[in-house]
Amino acid sequence: KSSVQTIGEEQIQNPYTELLVLKGHQDIVRFLVQIDDCRFASAGDDGIIFLWNAQTGEKLNELHGHTHKITAIAPFSSSDVAEEKANLIITASADRTVIVWDCTSGRQVQKVSCFHSTVKCLTVLQRLNVWLSGGSDLCVWNQKLDLLCKTSHLTDAGISALVELPKNCVAAAVGIHKSWLSEILIFRLSASNNGSEGWNILEVKRLVDHQDNISSLVSVNDLTFVTGSHIGELIVWDALDWTKQASECNFWDSSVHPDVQPEIKLSQSPHETSVQHLTSDEECVFAAVGKGIYVYNLQMKRVIACQRTAHDSSVLHIEKLPNRQLISCSEDGSVRIWELREKQQLPAEPVPTGFFNMWGFGRTNKQVNQAAKKVQENTPVYFLELVGDLIGHSSAVQMFLYFGELGLATCSADHLIILWKDGERESSLRSLTLFKKLAQNGDLQLKL
Amino acid sequence: MISAPDVVAFTREEELKDDLYREPPLPEEYSVPLFPFSGQGANPWAKVAGSKFTRDFILISEFSEQVGPQPLLTIPDDAKVSGTFDLNYFSLRIMSVDYQASFVGHPPGSAYPKLNFVEDSKVVLGDSKEGAFAYVHHLTLYDLEARGFVRPFCMAYISADEHKIMQQFQELSTEFSKASECLKTGNRKAFANELEKKLKDLDYTRTVLHNETEQQKKANDKGYYTTQAIEKANELASVEKSIIEHQDLLRQIRSYPYRKLKDSEFHPYEPECALDRADVGSHDQDPTASEPGETHLYTHVPSYTPKLIKAKSAKCFDKKLKTLEELCDVYFFTQTLDQLHHIERTFRGDVCYLLTEQISRALLKQQSVTNFLFEDVSFLDEKPPEKQYRGCQGLGQDAMDEKCLEESLAPKVVISLGSYKSSVECVPIKMEQEMEDSEEPKMSESVMSEQQENLDYLDADIKGSISSGESIEVLGTEKSGSGLTKSESQASLPAMASPQAGRSKVGSRRTVSEDSIEVLSTCPSEALIPEDFKASYPSAINEEPYADDDEGGLRFTPRANLGVHRGQEDISKQESLVQVDAACCIGKESPNFLEPLAEQLGQKACEEDGVVRIPPQPYRGPAEQGLRGGFPSHQGLSGGLLPYELDSRHLTGSREVSKSSLDECSDSTSHISSAASTCSDRTPSPAQPACAQPGDRHRKRAGQNALRFIRQYPFAHPAIYSLLSGRTLVVLGEDEAMVKRLVTALSIFVPSSGGYTKPVKHWVTSALHLVDFQKWKLIGLQRAVSPAGVNVLHALSRYSRYLSILDADSKTLRCPLYKGSVVARLADHRTQIKRGSTYYMHVQSILTQLCSKAFLFTFCHHLHLPISEREPEESLVSRRMNFLKLQLGLANEDIKIVAYLAELLKLHYIQEPGRGGHPLLRFDYVPSFLYKI
Repeated sequence: KSSVQTIGEEQIQNPYTELLVLKGHQDIVRFLVQIDDCRFASAGDDGIIFLWNAQTGEKLNELHGHTHKITAIAPFSSSDVAEEKANLIITASADRTVIVWDCTSGRQVQKVSCFHSTVKCLTVLQRLNVWLSGGSDLCVWNQKLDLLCKTSHLTDAGISALVELPKNCVAAAVGIHKSWLSEILIFRLSASNNGSEGWNILEVKRLVDHQDNISSLVSVNDLTFVTGSHIGELIVWDALDWTKQASECNFWDSSVHPDVQPEIKLSQSPHETSVQHLTSDEECVFAAVGKGIYVYNLQMKRVIACQRTAHDSSVLHIEKLPNRQLISCSEDGSVRIWELREKQQLPAEPVPTGFFNMWGFGRTNKQVNQAAKKVQENTPVYFLELVGDLIGHSSAVQMFLYFGELGLATCSADHLIILWKDGERESSLRSLTLFKKLAQNGDLQLKL
Repeated sequence: MISAPDVVAFTREEELKDDLYREPPLPEEYSVPLFPFSGQGANPWAKVAGSKFTRDFILISEFSEQVGPQPLLTIPDDAKVSGTFDLNYFSLRIMSVDYQASFVGHPPGSAYPKLNFVEDSKVVLGDSKEGAFAYVHHLTLYDLEARGFVRPFCMAYISADEHKIMQQFQELSTEFSKASECLKTGNRKAFANELEKKLKDLDYTRTVLHNETEQQKKANDKGYYTTQAIEKANELASVEKSIIEHQDLLRQIRSYPYRKLKDSEFHPYEPECALDRADVGSHDQDPTASEPGETHLYTHVPSYTPKLIKAKSAKCFDKKLKTLEELCDVYFFTQTLDQLHHIERTFRGDVCYLLTEQISRALLKQQSVTNFLFEDVSFLDEKPPEKQYRGCQGLGQDAMDEKCLEESLAPKVVISLGSYKSSVECVPIKMEQEMEDSEEPKMSESVMSEQQENLDYLDADIKGSISSGESIEVLGTEKSGSGLTKSESQASLPAMASPQAGRSKVGSRRTVSEDSIEVLSTCPSEALIPEDFKASYPSAINEEPYADDDEGGLRFTPRANLGVHRGQEDISKQESLVQVDAACCIGKESPNFLEPLAEQLGQKACEEDGVVRIPPQPYRGPAEQGLRGGFPSHQGLSGGLLPYELDSRHLTGSREVSKSSLDECSDSTSHISSAASTCSDRTPSPAQPACAQPGDRHRKRAGQNALRFIRQYPFAHPAIYSLLSGRTLVVLGEDEAMVKRLVTALSIFVPSSGGYTKPVKHWVTSALHLVDFQKWKLIGLQRAVSPAGVNVLHALSRYSRYLSILDADSKTLRCPLYKGSVVARLADHRTQIKRGSTYYMHVQSILTQLCSKAFLFTFCHHLHLPISEREPEESLVSRRMNFLKLQLGLANEDIKIVAYLAELLKLHYIQEPGRGGHPLLRFDYVPSFLYKI
């Protein structure tokens, strides 16, 4: 019954032929964050942060300090001229604390525990050398963990995502508790008049176009940011004037089943249509919607390719690789590698482009729709080709981190982190090490 | 792996001799020596005629002061083993050749009895009537109640095969020394304990007597002493004297230089071991609760209540002598028994097998880069200190020399000496072998001539021993050790010389020994003495009565007992023996010294070279070498064959002797204390034990199962390929026994990744996970119908890309295709091999070939690194493939096998010694196929 595409055992293009299992966590591992070229941190429900060497899989450090699960993690490289460049990470936990760690020493640099509620998201404004924590209010901190300013308490609401916008602005996705309502608040940071270090934060705009909780918020470039909601709305916003540029809904509405009644669609579990994760490159936004993956072209303002059931269950994380490849991971425990390809000839079955919804955007979008259809005829058609899958985790793969040629780190609810590596490359690296060691031991010249 | 003992040399029988002479003679190096006892039975491995026991055993006897020599126990403790063999008679025999220079009691000029710390003596004797040959290890234990405080014991390794005793003399000696050390350590503790009790008794008695005397004094107002009072006073005086004596004894036993057992084998209790070490050099052996760690052994001590001692002790014959167990403390007694059982297991089986095993082990040990893959490396890593001896750099010079002597040459001289005396009724012959440093420079001159003579003698000797009707022969002895004074003095001597000095000496002497290498050697016993005694050895020699004799060498104390016609030659022979030994032992220190230094070979090269050039040949003892020389058997007897009468064949012969001795040297060194598995069905040994050592039994069973597997399953090849290429093979089945059998069978094909155990899991009942495939390469998995079983199967299908699945119930295999040729050679279902262990050897030899290919592939620089900076990756890859295909002759999937092994080699080599390294899982995205029967 499953319409999930399978690839079989022969995967010529899959470079990952070696793996390392990194054990350490006692509970679900939810976050992976890159620290520098060869280090990354992992965190999850056990409240421990581990630092790993991405090349060797060596456990570099264990950071203990939180008593509850980790809710947010952000890397923060301090750029003080006086000091050496220190790699810090900031972690927030359900124990209502935020800790700043020094990755090199593994020590706790500072800890803040004055929060009224759990901090759900952290973001670093590297440019301003400040970082923000979002929970029931939005706080702005400097590197030394001094509270610079904060917003008023948001009653019955919590910030679930933050993204930096140009002109010292921040977009915060705010979900109203006990309701499906959701809005995007735009805050502006401004230097206060009465102090050199002082900052003020002001709410400048409130966007209420989403019908449901906003599940993902991502900045595409200086001009655009994108939000996705639980019922599958994707809205592209102008980052400067915060107006809606385009919106896409009904990802799950497939032209394959035109006869399906809208009622039935609506009764579909919101899970199936929820926009779990968004990522983007300059041209496209890649959305993990339910079990599927959708590629939305910003210029064409339409979905150019999709894989309706890319996984057996929800796709949790998605990432675009430089080489036109896309990696997705899912609750089904698998990681899949896709490649965005151009179809050479007219497809037998047109790619189901997104259809604009019937709930109110109809009029404005009609022209766009027609325009899109027109464009479709003389532009190449894309599709997502499965080029490999990585099976290792026995439970949902929460996230992954692409390390370029060092490999790919995946973390999962089975408490494990797996480091997937290019076997060929590793083999030749080992040879290199071997001959270095031979030379070191002085065995090399004796070989004649 | 190195050799297959199934292929045993065919030994020509006596009757064929004439025919042989008609044929053109084989080159010397190809001929196989005649079995020296061919007269007794055509099959050299058949039970030696006349032996009344079924297999080798160990006998412990005591020379009881009450009943004379008596056997105490045998190991194995099985009446069947000794059979009709007269243990009593043999005990008498072996106890009658005790050469321990034991003098205990009141030495003249000494006020108090002195304990003599005698060294054990090691003797080889044969009893041709009984068909028994024995390595006899005498030792003395202390017993306060015994005459002179000593109880002589001996442990004997009894075998029907004289050669085994001779050739394994060194190993036997080392192992038995350990057992003896253990016994004696326990005994000293027990003796000190006993003394303390006795002192308390005496003290108490003195108090009582003193009180009585005082009372009598008071009661006595007559002004003169009654006889009673005088008696009492005398008694008191004697008690006081006795106290002093006993205190002195206690002091002596405590001051006994503690010989730390090199090896913790006897002290599994770590705390105790640590305590013992801490005690070294100081007065230890004090069990009176001063060391809390030991109190558990002596819990009875604190609660001891003193008894009154009567002036006259019971008659000697009335009292019951302590048992060995009482003498040595139960703990040490059991440790000793364990050690003896270990010895018994180690030396089981035919000597040819033992030697082959030792050689291959020694060679394997050198292959440190690859040996972990398919070999059981656990034994290679045992006893790292032993390895260091081979290098001989950590030892002082004397110690080194002795060590060399001991290791390389000892057993042979024993043969030569022993055999030529065989026609004489030998009553205890004491051979004192001395080496003086001053003699060493002369040796090279005399070597050439004298070694020839030795050969003659050997020749004659063998014959003599065959014709001998005598029932007992002393084949060799070892010098008994030094007394108390020496052992005391040694403590002050530096134990180690600088490594540099030792090394340079080795180098310089090597040239001397080049031509003069001579196997025949004496066995100075002190080499076997634990480390701390060695340093004092030279001083001990100087005190020996014959040490000043220029002729040095060996001496037969009861010279009158020797055959008159031989006496003279004996001496000269022995001189030569000793001198030769001393000179050549250094050069033979390790096979590495064989390599001319000028060639500038690195260590690695040496090792490899060594591997190649030492053929897996059965050891040829010098006795056979002598025989091969073809000398008339009585020339030696008829008096003084001159060295220059010898033809060149003998020279070559003797060189070969030396060469083989080198081999011997290397393996004896490595063999020491290794848990050798000594018996299998490979050797048609006369003593075929029901159970061999675990490792060996495992091999045999695995081989047998593997044979069955490759015959039964037509898809054995892809299954084996999976294992060799590092793809985990899961054997799935309901029946645990069947699955385990299959797993055992297949386990011999699993390359190990460097750990001590193979990555094999025999039986798993829960669902598998990725981590398991990282850890295990062969897994036995339960198929269950329960819901859990469904999970198990689900996991299998989920991870199917990492797995090959052998379904034992439905006889199917799901795994990638194999089209190579290596496995076909490895597992030919039409193979003629019948025995499990033979097949195991066959597998090992093919795997060794694979290992060497993997080695070449791994360590060829240009195959992995670009020759020039600009070289594209593609040309590197094509060069690599060319090498694998053309150079190594590998095809298709065989390349993957070698690549996987190479990967393991790399990982093993680059792995940091401290860290275990991260286990990684390598896999391929290749399609699997389903095979059915």
